[in-house]
Amino acid sequence: MTYDVIIIGAGVVGASIARELAKYKIKVAVLEKDNDVGNETSNANSAIIHSGYDPECGSLKAKLNVLGNAMFDTLCKELDVKFKRIGSITLALDDNDVKTLKELQIRATKNGVETSILSREELLKIEPHISNNVKAGLLANTAGIIDPFNFCVHLMENAVDNGVELYLNTKVVKIVKENDTFIINDKFKAKMVINCAGLFSDEINEMINPKSFEIIPRKGEYLVLDHFDDDFVKHTLFLVPSIKGKGVLISPTSSNNYLIGPSAEVCLKDDKDTDKMTIEQIKKTAMLMVDNIPFNQVIHTFAGIRPTPANHDFIIEEIKTKNFINVAGIESPGFVSSPAIAKMVVEDFIINRYHYELKKDFNPYVRPYLHINELPFEKRKEIVDRNKDYGEIICKCEKVSKGEIIDCLNRSVPPHSIKALKKRLRVGFGKCQGGMCQSYALHILANYYHKDINEIPYDSLDSYILLDELKGAKD
Amino acid sequence: MKTYDLVIIGGGSAGLAAALEAKKEGVDNLIILEKEPYLGGILQQCIHNGFGLVQFKEQLSGPEYAQRYIDLVNENHIPYLLETMVYEITKDKEIYYTNKQDGVCCIKARAIIMATGCIERTAGAIQLEGARVSGIMTAGLAQKYMNIEGYMVGKKVFILGSGDIGLIMARRCMLEGAKVLGVAEIMPYSNGLNRNIVQCLNDFDIPLYLSHTVKKVVGKDRVEKIIIAKVDDKMNYIPGSEKEFDCDTLILSVGLIPYNPLLEKLNIALNPKTKGVNVNQDYESEFEGIFSCGNSLHVHDLVDYVSKEATLAAKGAVKYLKNNKQEEKVYKTVAGRGINYVLPQQFSYQKDSKIDFKFRVSKPFKACSIVIKNNDSVVRIIKKLYLLPAEMEIISLDMNAITNPSDLVFEIKEDF
Repeated sequence: MTYDVIIIGAGVVGASIARELAKYKIKVAVLEKDNDVGNETSNANSAIIHSGYDPECGSLKAKLNVLGNAMFDTLCKELDVKFKRIGSITLALDDNDVKTLKELQIRATKNGVETSILSREELLKIEPHISNNVKAGLLANTAGIIDPFNFCVHLMENAVDNGVELYLNTKVVKIVKENDTFIINDKFKAKMVINCAGLFSDEINEMINPKSFEIIPRKGEYLVLDHFDDDFVKHTLFLVPSIKGKGVLISPTSSNNYLIGPSAEVCLKDDKDTDKMTIEQIKKTAMLMVDNIPFNQVIHTFAGIRPTPANHDFIIEEIKTKNFINVAGIESPGFVSSPAIAKMVVEDFIINRYHYELKKDFNPYVRPYLHINELPFEKRKEIVDRNKDYGEIICKCEKVSKGEIIDCLNRSVPPHSIKALKKRLRVGFGKCQGGMCQSYALHILANYYHKDINEIPYDSLDSYILLDELKGAKD
Repeated sequence: MKTYDLVIIGGGSAGLAAALEAKKEGVDNLIILEKEPYLGGILQQCIHNGFGLVQFKEQLSGPEYAQRYIDLVNENHIPYLLETMVYEITKDKEIYYTNKQDGVCCIKARAIIMATGCIERTAGAIQLEGARVSGIMTAGLAQKYMNIEGYMVGKKVFILGSGDIGLIMARRCMLEGAKVLGVAEIMPYSNGLNRNIVQCLNDFDIPLYLSHTVKKVVGKDRVEKIIIAKVDDKMNYIPGSEKEFDCDTLILSVGLIPYNPLLEKLNIALNPKTKGVNVNQDYESEFEGIFSCGNSLHVHDLVDYVSKEATLAAKGAVKYLKNNKQEEKVYKTVAGRGINYVLPQQFSYQKDSKIDFKFRVSKPFKACSIVIKNNDSVVRIIKKLYLLPAEMEIISLDMNAITNPSDLVFEIKEDF
């Protein structure tokens, strides 16, 4: 199996680069260790498209954040991904914070981000639930919220639709270079390798290069609230940044839930545990921003791990080995920066070097997705009359139909697990967390893949849900 | 648009009993809407016995109990739609639903009985600590996998929470050859019925760890281990009390919550204690013509009482449809000391009538009295050897015993 470029990792960075490369006449493969794309850091983050006021002036982060932010309107239209520029407000709780806000505004201007400082009175008009502690806020209107799961899935779907090959459950364990060809796992050959392995990018780098950077895994825990009031909080609310990161935020999500978090703790790369102490600390911090947060609406807690580089800036470089490009340390604001990172990597390292031609038949659009619950009733009727599967509601909490699941399965990056289905369509994302619908979802997946329901995993291939059939169950 | 006198949402134990009673009272233009492909609701996966002792004076399994009602619904030609999901109820009682046959439909109801049951509290809702791996499932889902789908859910099982379904599942897993390593209950007392503690745990030597909870779930792809710890009376872990169990499955039986998303959308306030709507003695909610009963009103421990309650809700709906409702002064019930909630939350005083008041205590009591007060005069005192939060109490109160109607306060007095 010989390719021009192999991308290691199908997170948001790898998927963005794959989709960017799909525009050219070039043979590309993506190797992903997990059973789905966007399954590690891209799957557990704040789902925020940052405005770019925060990164240090002159850093790669600052440049790529602002460039990336501007690309999301077009991208999300082409890829049919939920994205809303709701704006972010960084809140000051004391006079010191107010001073910091002014410094942040100067930084914002230098980074090319328009902001305004709002008084408490002005804030109350747009966010009536802010707490008594809040003195002022820095509003950045270009900040947005996105469906991070489907951004990754649809990027890869569009890449695959345009010729990129995706290999799931393919962990890279060995890279050698013979003459000018890289050989990965004794199987995949390529002229060029892009290391987008996120948390594991340092280990991948060291398979072919001397150690040049280190990834420090940093865990962020979050709480998700159910849909209870669409107007509770309308912007992404941050606290003035601390040395540990951007601190805790409260934000609506693209699915009308609310997200609260993250914490920031150094951890092991596979430690996605949540713990009561951290969750309680997050709640306390969030209450500094907003009054009366209904924590009885919590439906889920989770942790994500960010790949923090020691120098705190993105690492986009080719070191000793020619044509082996590291795209590493893509911590926050990595998600928003990913399209700009992809453009930079593809243009600077690949196209400028090898002058691949653009494809004439590149189609930037994914086949539109149909969400039955978002349509007016008349339209729903028309659709169910044409295809009965849209009248069979599988996920009762989020109102997802069998038709939508079948459509998803018939796409080029289909779900193979319950979690992959949940990420794509929100099946099992609601109040009952799959209690009512998981068995139905298993049947639909099993039926599509001609498997038994006990062969469908929750997430990874080893994460089985059901064991053997009971004796006499089918009698 | 087709108009029905009565639309019943949910075809489980409550919905079926409500439909039968309404039909008996002469309501012919009615329909049941059920989301699952079968009637009977959660009873269909409860293959153990113990159902029907009150209603039929015999021990039935869940499916047998359901079938008695389903047969009657069929004999009485009560129409129902299966695999039918209600999207929305409007303020004009228009009901939007969808299914494979009809596509998306809108029907109008003169009265609605909500019989939508309850859902289980999840790992997310209790903010379970540790890894998010496969093998953590609610007891009801585990029960569905074993009893409806016919698959084993795990070989070495630990159970968090001593709710009835958790206890039933402990026995079920043992009978199918799994090892059940224990049940942890965060409270100092069990939340299940005593008969289930005896028949499902004691008879199988399954240890019950009271005042314990799961401190951490460990595992990479599937549950590999859990760590439980003892908690003090403020629910904080007691250091050094940790115990580890190698297991592949953690079953959660940590509470049931009435499922009322349709009513929440209508902005009908839910009672913070019951998580259902507030009702009067006719089981009518604050929204005129919308009635509620069964586990969507408050969580019951016996299905027999669900059926009984649904009958009362149907009588209420029939009364409403016949316009027999008079303007009456409304009084409140108040949950006093030791009482978690009292239902109905409101009532009107009618001479020569009886009202069944239902309540749960907020903690276990021994040798105590239930005191019902009215304007500070005592209406009734009932002595009890014990009272448990797991067991719903029902007191039938003769209204003629009340001379001067006012709000009624229910409280527990401990006898020394």
